[in-house]
Amino acid sequence: MRAFAQLLDTLVYTQSRNRKLALLARYFRDTPDPDRGYALAALTDGLPQHLIGRLPLRRMLSELTSRFLDPVLYKLSRDYVGDTAETVALVWPEPRARANAEPTLSDAVTEMSHGSTAERTQTLGRLLDRLDASGRWALLKLLGGAPRVGVSARLAKIAVADAFGHDVSDIEELWHALEAPYLELFAWLEGRGPKPEPGAKPVFRPVMLAHPIEDDDWPKLSADDFVAEWKWDGIRVQIAAAGGDVRIFSRQGDDISAAFPEIRSAFLRHNCVADGELLVMRSGSIAPFNDLQQRLNRKTVTGRMLRDYPAHVRLYDLLFEGGDDLRAMTFTLRRARLETWHAAHCPPLTDVSELVAFETFDSLRAIWSATRADGIEGLMLKRRDSAYQAGRVKGQWYKWKRAALTLDCVLMYAQRGSGKRSSFYSDYTFGAWRSNDAGGQDLVPVGKAYSGFTDDELRLIDTWIRANTTETFGPVRAVTPGLVFEVAFDAVQKSARHKSGVAMRFPRIHRIRWDKPAAEADTLETVQALIGKG
Amino acid sequence: MRMTHMIASPPVETWLYPAEAGLYCAPGQFYIDPHRAVDRAVITHGHSDHARAGHGAVLATSETIAIMKVRYGETSAGTFQQLALGEPVNINGVGVRLAPAGHILGSAQIVLDYDGKRAVVSGDYKRAYDPTCAAFDVVTCDVFVTEATFALPVFRHEPAHGEVAKLLASMAAEPQRTHVIGAYGLGKCQRMIAEIRNAGYDKPIYLHGAVVALTALYQSLGINLGDVRSVAGADGDAIAGGIVLCPPSALSDRWTRRFNDPVLAFASGWMRVRGRARQHGVELPLIVSDHADWPDLIATISQTNAEDVWVTHGRDDALVHHLATLGRKARALALVGRDDEAE
Ligand SMILES: [Zn+2]
Ligand SMILES: [Zn+2]
Repeated sequence: MRAFAQLLDTLVYTQSRNRKLALLARYFRDTPDPDRGYALAALTDGLPQHLIGRLPLRRMLSELTSRFLDPVLYKLSRDYVGDTAETVALVWPEPRARANAEPTLSDAVTEMSHGSTAERTQTLGRLLDRLDASGRWALLKLLGGAPRVGVSARLAKIAVADAFGHDVSDIEELWHALEAPYLELFAWLEGRGPKPEPGAKPVFRPVMLAHPIEDDDWPKLSADDFVAEWKWDGIRVQIAAAGGDVRIFSRQGDDISAAFPEIRSAFLRHNCVADGELLVMRSGSIAPFNDLQQRLNRKTVTGRMLRDYPAHVRLYDLLFEGGDDLRAMTFTLRRARLETWHAAHCPPLTDVSELVAFETFDSLRAIWSATRADGIEGLMLKRRDSAYQAGRVKGQWYKWKRAALTLDCVLMYAQRGSGKRSSFYSDYTFGAWRSNDAGGQDLVPVGKAYSGFTDDELRLIDTWIRANTTETFGPVRAVTPGLVFEVAFDAVQKSARHKSGVAMRFPRIHRIRWDKPAAEADTLETVQALIGKG
Repeated sequence: MRMTHMIASPPVETWLYPAEAGLYCAPGQFYIDPHRAVDRAVITHGHSDHARAGHGAVLATSETIAIMKVRYGETSAGTFQQLALGEPVNINGVGVRLAPAGHILGSAQIVLDYDGKRAVVSGDYKRAYDPTCAAFDVVTCDVFVTEATFALPVFRHEPAHGEVAKLLASMAAEPQRTHVIGAYGLGKCQRMIAEIRNAGYDKPIYLHGAVVALTALYQSLGINLGDVRSVAGADGDAIAGGIVLCPPSALSDRWTRRFNDPVLAFASGWMRVRGRARQHGVELPLIVSDHADWPDLIATISQTNAEDVWVTHGRDDALVHHLATLGRKARALALVGRDDEAE
């Protein structure tokens, strides 16, 4: 447990992605099986139920702590620390002498794997007695899953790939066929065993991504080589159906099946892997992205959610049909297979994304600039002869996002950034003018963004902020209205949560308007007029 | 255990109580650590939330007086009267003596004897070893006035030498990166230097400008800190890979940009809680505190045999609750002007 605890504890305080990767890779190389596999599970999907059963951890911990700690003191401590696992690890009494050696990760998993809840509560107490504060915290993070140490599941997988000189797409492709403690995976990575076989289970296939199209790409492209599709404003999903099971994966390979049972049933009797856009759709029209958000990140859904936010998948590619791997085929052939397959089976809650006909790029541009219909974010260009390859492959697929909206807003508050930027004021809240009752103008906040500026620009802004601060609240400074940012964003939505009644979607700071007087910045009415546009 | 008197003497709160300017001893006509300028003050230690400028007369240890003079100037009080630890004086019929508090150099508990009762005002204190000051002395009493900065069961400070070992291990693992340690400028900073010297590190240690004067004062008062130098004027190449100490506020300041990819560390009892350490954006939290942790607060209070405990600044809610469950009389003493965050 010591090495794992040290790893988690260092990760908590490490900002740099590369340092995190190096720490993780070293751990996966140096730690024996099966401990490293349990660690990998803790950092990705959590320990599976078949290993430790259903663990009512919160209840077990409150039972254990109540034996030595007054509930009022426990609550004050928990409120202060903000995390149950850490609170218990910190308040746990230090045994005078540790009778038994520290448990390994596999000791912990084995010991917690059997017995009634009461027996397992006892077991957990004995395990905690054998560890120091950092070890206790790590044990509870191992058992509880989602350790929140600044490492995403994907980063952990990249680290495993890095550690053994493989590509992360190799691991992602196998991932859903593997189980903790991943003995076959490590055996293969270390060259001691064969590549694990996904077999008949539905598994995630790394997705093909598009490049944003740049001005200097156009001369190199020929309109005849490409088809165009609408770019939908939902989330990209991959639906894998096989052997009576259906999984829905996000673009990153996260399994989001549980949140969309109706889509799972739609594909239940099929055997395929399809690529498409997940949307909320009501009587044929696409609902705002906000509605889709109500359905995301849920472990379960209620009947009400299903009725109020009906999900729909708009398909645009077919990777597998039956046993056939279509990925090496051209887009044109895959598209034909998709259309034939869909016409034959018509799975409910799906349709096929239409192709946008065009003659020349100029005529396509006319279509692109005229379109601000609901649910459309722009256009996709796909090379007719493109094979389906993992990642962002040069020259194959392009996304052509409709032009961002921009407004001139006034800086109101600045906050220190984190990590490398912790000494700069790099997070900004900006506002638009609103007429007040007295006939004057007030600023109301309309958005928040951190800058994509260079260090030199940051330094200039930083100096300006320090010289124009009116008030300081911890890491936040309020400034006099005097600095104008040109803010780009995708859309404006109504929002009851914001004082201004509006919220910008994906705001980013486009450039600094040193030249523009604050009084000439945009008004709240201008912002409100953009609601629903875009 | 002291003798209980046959005739009941008046309770302590009739002659020692919070007044507008701070804790006031009425028969003695003096305040203890007042937050406003008063005629006569007895000062536990030199931290700015306890020692302030502008009093008519100040009574304190010679080290506390020296600290006040460096911070506020030679004439920051009308008169300064030194009192050695353990030496008794009588102020208007109140017996006053000072006992070591183990908090920082010169820190003292104020022991007050009046009319058969004894009160001890401990200021800030700790029980852990500190090479820069005298160790805490338990004085039995009727009323014990205690701080509660770390009065939550989650606070158990690690031994400082172990935390210094963590620092040296980090330096060995990343020898090119300068380790910049945020530490409270008075006390913590100098204790860290002394602990680092005890661990055998003998290269020069560099200081942020704000901690130079107090560190020099410690040295002039006989605390051996080895070769310490100001960052200002030092050669950048010489500092690279070494140790720099600065006040905690400097960690998030532009000042750190002068070091190339530094490891930012923070030496404080708050570092026990990961969320707090992350808030400060540090990479290397060092759990070193100059205040008593939860077990030491409870143990100390019980050792004083006090029948009544008054809790000043910090988590008085948790401590008062816990003492009540132990069957001890305790109450929160709301004193204004105490800073219960800085450490
Ligand atoms: Zn203090
Ligand atoms: Zn204090």
